[in-house]
Amino acid sequence: MFKSLLKMLGIGDEQPSGVVAKDRLKMVIIHDRTSVSPEVMKRFRADLIKVLSNYFEIDEHDMNLSLESESNSCALIASIPLRGMRGRVAKT
Amino acid sequence: MCEVMVVTSGKGGVGKTTTTANIGVGLAMRGKRVAVIDTDTGLRNLDLLLGLENRIMYDLVDVTSGRVAYKKALVRHKKFETLYLLPTSQVRDKSAVKPEQLVELVTEMRNEFDYILIDCPAGLEQGFQTAIAAADVALVVTTPEISSVRDADKIIGELGRADKETIKLIVNRIRPMMVEKGDMLNMDDINEILSLECIGQIPDDEAVVTATNRGEPVITIDSSMAGRAYRNIVARICGEAVPFMTFPREGFLARLRRLFGM
Ligand SMILES: Nc1ncnc2c1ncn2[C@@H]1O[C@H](COP(=O)(O)OP(=O)(O)OP(=O)(O)O)[C@@H](O)[C@H]1O
Ligand SMILES: [Mg+2]
Repeated sequence: MFKSLLKMLGIGDEQPSGVVAKDRLKMVIIHDRTSVSPEVMKRFRADLIKVLSNYFEIDEHDMNLSLESESNSCALIASIPLRGMRGRVAKT
Repeated sequence: MCEVMVVTSGKGGVGKTTTTANIGVGLAMRGKRVAVIDTDTGLRNLDLLLGLENRIMYDLVDVTSGRVAYKKALVRHKKFETLYLLPTSQVRDKSAVKPEQLVELVTEMRNEFDYILIDCPAGLEQGFQTAIAAADVALVVTTPEISSVRDADKIIGELGRADKETIKLIVNRIRPMMVEKGDMLNMDDINEILSLECIGQIPDDEAVVTATNRGEPVITIDSSMAGRAYRNIVARICGEAVPFMTFPREGFLARLRRLFGM
């Protein structure tokens, strides 16, 4: 009751549905434009891990892959933390 | 010089025909020579919105098939005498008009008009390809709903593939109260997502319905919000820099008052 009162006053903490709509739209449009489905991204992620593992010791769970769009272009953004490299990088 | 504009959208029913009728009338109110062409084969509507349904003799297929000259098929508006309608055909065959045929027709018409507006059918089929073929500019209409914006993005992609480079956005059926509450995408959100130049936002307005009922587009109604929004669009098309209208806002106090029924 209190929460819905806050929401009606427009000061609740829940995200307004317009913001949710915008976030969802951004995602779906990127996938539409590149015709890359979330399923394909999942397979790509798995393949990428396989290849990278031949060369690096990577931290699978902290790896971040996403498609992002900026005005008229799309980019594949990957952040791949390497395991056990921190100390060594500092020494060289 | 003549400018040919196609009014298109991904999703159906978002206001293409309404927009074509209003911009057509608006340009004619400024004394421009305007032709509006309905290419929604089988689903004739533009004549109704303009109140010209009883004056049709020939249609687009009669013209493109060479049965009559286009000037014979044009229906002149009673009140706005520089406005002409070329009605669509009621045949069922959606591919009755080929893209090349429309290009040829429009090329011939360019000498006689300042603006030619083409009302496009919904969807991505041949009717769409025909409607866009002859256009210099595409006006993409969307509502502030996710499905409509997503489909607009598809259409924009198709327009790009067809080498249509000048694409402008019109956001229709905005509900200012919902935008205010954050419960509806606003013009800037949609602009950002589609990265297009926006030339107008039209509120959801009962006057659109009553105007349509009478066959007199809402742009002719001085007091209506939607009419004002369409007049602004027409001004922008004519190259005037008109600021975007702000809808009456509902502040915190007003919300409180409404909540407690005051
Ligand atoms: N701004 C508005 N406010 C209220 N009603 C509107 C508004 N714009 C359009 N409408 C209504 O929405 C309905 C659909 O409009 P319209 O026929 O122009 O859409 P369309 O995109 O041409 O549809 P189709 O894809 O079937 O050709 C109509 O009943 C119209 O009156
Ligand atoms: Mg229509």
